[in-house]
Amino acid sequence: MTTVELDDWKKMYRSLWRIRLFEERVQRLAAAGEVPGFPHLSTGQEAVAVGVCAHLSVEDILFTSHRGHGHVLAKGSDLQATFAEILGRQDGLCHGRGGSMHLVDASHGVLGATGVVAGNLPLAAGAAWAAQTQGRSNISVVFFGDGATGAGVFHETLNLAGLWRLPLLFVCENNGYAEFTSREEHSTVTNVSSFAAPYGIPTVTIDGNDLLAVHAAAGEAIARLRRAEGPYLLECKTFRMAGHYVGDAQQYRTKEELAAVREKCPIERLRRHLVTLGVDAAELEAIAGHARQEVDQCVERARAAPRPDPAGVLDGVYRSMSVAFAQAEAL
Amino acid sequence: MTTHTFIEILRRAIDEEMTLDASVHLLGEDVAAGGAFGVTRGLAQKFGANRVRNTPISEAAITGVATGAALCGMRPVLEIMFIDFATLALDCLVNQAAKYRYMSGGQLAVPMVVRTQAGAAGGAAAQHSQSLEAWFTHVPGLVVVAPSSPVEAYGLLKSSIRLGEPVIFIEHKRLYTMKEDLPDDFELPPIGQARVARQGSDVTVIAYSGMVQTALEAARELAESGISAEIVDLRTLVPLDMATIAESVRKTHRVIVAHEAVLSGGFGAEIAARISSELFDELDGPVLRIGCPFAPIPFAPELERALLPSSRDIVRGARQLLGHAG
Repeated sequence: MTTVELDDWKKMYRSLWRIRLFEERVQRLAAAGEVPGFPHLSTGQEAVAVGVCAHLSVEDILFTSHRGHGHVLAKGSDLQATFAEILGRQDGLCHGRGGSMHLVDASHGVLGATGVVAGNLPLAAGAAWAAQTQGRSNISVVFFGDGATGAGVFHETLNLAGLWRLPLLFVCENNGYAEFTSREEHSTVTNVSSFAAPYGIPTVTIDGNDLLAVHAAAGEAIARLRRAEGPYLLECKTFRMAGHYVGDAQQYRTKEELAAVREKCPIERLRRHLVTLGVDAAELEAIAGHARQEVDQCVERARAAPRPDPAGVLDGVYRSMSVAFAQAEAL
Repeated sequence: MTTHTFIEILRRAIDEEMTLDASVHLLGEDVAAGGAFGVTRGLAQKFGANRVRNTPISEAAITGVATGAALCGMRPVLEIMFIDFATLALDCLVNQAAKYRYMSGGQLAVPMVVRTQAGAAGGAAAQHSQSLEAWFTHVPGLVVVAPSSPVEAYGLLKSSIRLGEPVIFIEHKRLYTMKEDLPDDFELPPIGQARVARQGSDVTVIAYSGMVQTALEAARELAESGISAEIVDLRTLVPLDMATIAESVRKTHRVIVAHEAVLSGGFGAEIAARISSELFDELDGPVLRIGCPFAPIPFAPELERALLPSSRDIVRGARQLLGHAG
């Protein structure tokens, strides 16, 4: 196991806060009608994003799901450009063409999110196949929820990844809910890791709200991938503190359940751990304060960013190719 | 000049493109063994199992893998054995591959060709005979190519592989054994340009894929009774070359759109609508559409023949149009 310096934990503590506060702002602005569409928040699941992405370089490929803001931030994407995209602005990562569920930031290896549950899995396998074929040392990582295990393509992709020994890390954020339906109601299989063994894929189930556990398990899994030992499935049991989407009243969850979830907050757990390691509580408070300052500044700049020009609405459907094509496109 | 069947010439096109460009890779069910129709025979031996990848029967996953690889700089050529099986790959084709360039604000592209085989012939029946091209023409971001002969397939496949967009490349199974000579001075056709397969002056028949050959048969028959039919081979449905269509309509003023797909909601409806709205003053009669009745493709040869549009239907349509034109 790799040793982690105290400074690294502090950076990750800040990273957790950046995501938490980012999502808070998305939630508030969405409630105020400033965010188009229906964003899905990762509040409560931050430790998975931060613990996994701490081991990734810019060259590593990341695919995320509809609940992907945290992954994109943890991978290193610009906070302001990410927020601007969620607001549908010209300065956004995708110039307002993608939005919350379709974040792409190729310069940081973020090759996509998907609004269709499980649709990202084979794309990530394709990126892993490209890395393997081109003889590059980078790996591909795909985040998905436990709801994705109900899709046929999840099983197809596991089979293919195992068969071709692809450098692909499956990271399941098992938050116990597929949209509004609990895991017990949508599957007889409690642990998503159970699906890995038949395909010859090593796996582990961990507490995804424990950053230390995620960091350690992801580190081991990724080290195996980098040694070309084939795919790995990391199942992180976590808790969605927010609803399925902003505005979800969550009537399918009890008050007791929601209260317990708050106790499991990954940020609070890391804070306590760092205090036991001797870090001054005031220093941690300052880190959170700095994160808040950064998020607030970026969000305000994103809100002030220009809106896309409607004249460009047809740009980029195709790369303009020939006279014939341009003519057909114009219609 | 070399004579090739449709299957042989597809193989030659792929072979040449793989030789030219190391990023071109094949994948699909049985492709290393040559594929269900022998198109890729011998390519695994020549280029190795890494570049000619057999896959499990997992259309959703392998289409996703091809798309993901294309996002990372590869140029995959994926074989979906029958277009009927593309139903299993629709999420990836429609929601992912088609939209990547646009949704990413131009950061990424999907240079991928999905070769698939369609149409009715020889009792393949309801789940192996469909002409589903209209579905794909309805999705912005996809390119839809449907060659009408071996030489056309050769040029269009090579152009598709080089295009840099997600291309649905539809091969008609009835054309697979057709032979044609490839001229030595052959030039690659651009994607998005139709061709006039036969010059004529009385009536225009707009067709694509296997129906071009049927239309050419009809034209020969019509010529015997003094009717001169012009055949426009669309080659690509998306993009649609309205300029070539318009030129022909301005010459003949009578139009038939013929395809093997079910008439209702077929791509012919789009062409007819475009002609009606853009070239209304040029028309001497209504745009006629010829296609399959609203039924699945049956198994028994007599039933299959009864359902499929034939050259006789085109001949009848042309006579009707000329009669109307008085």
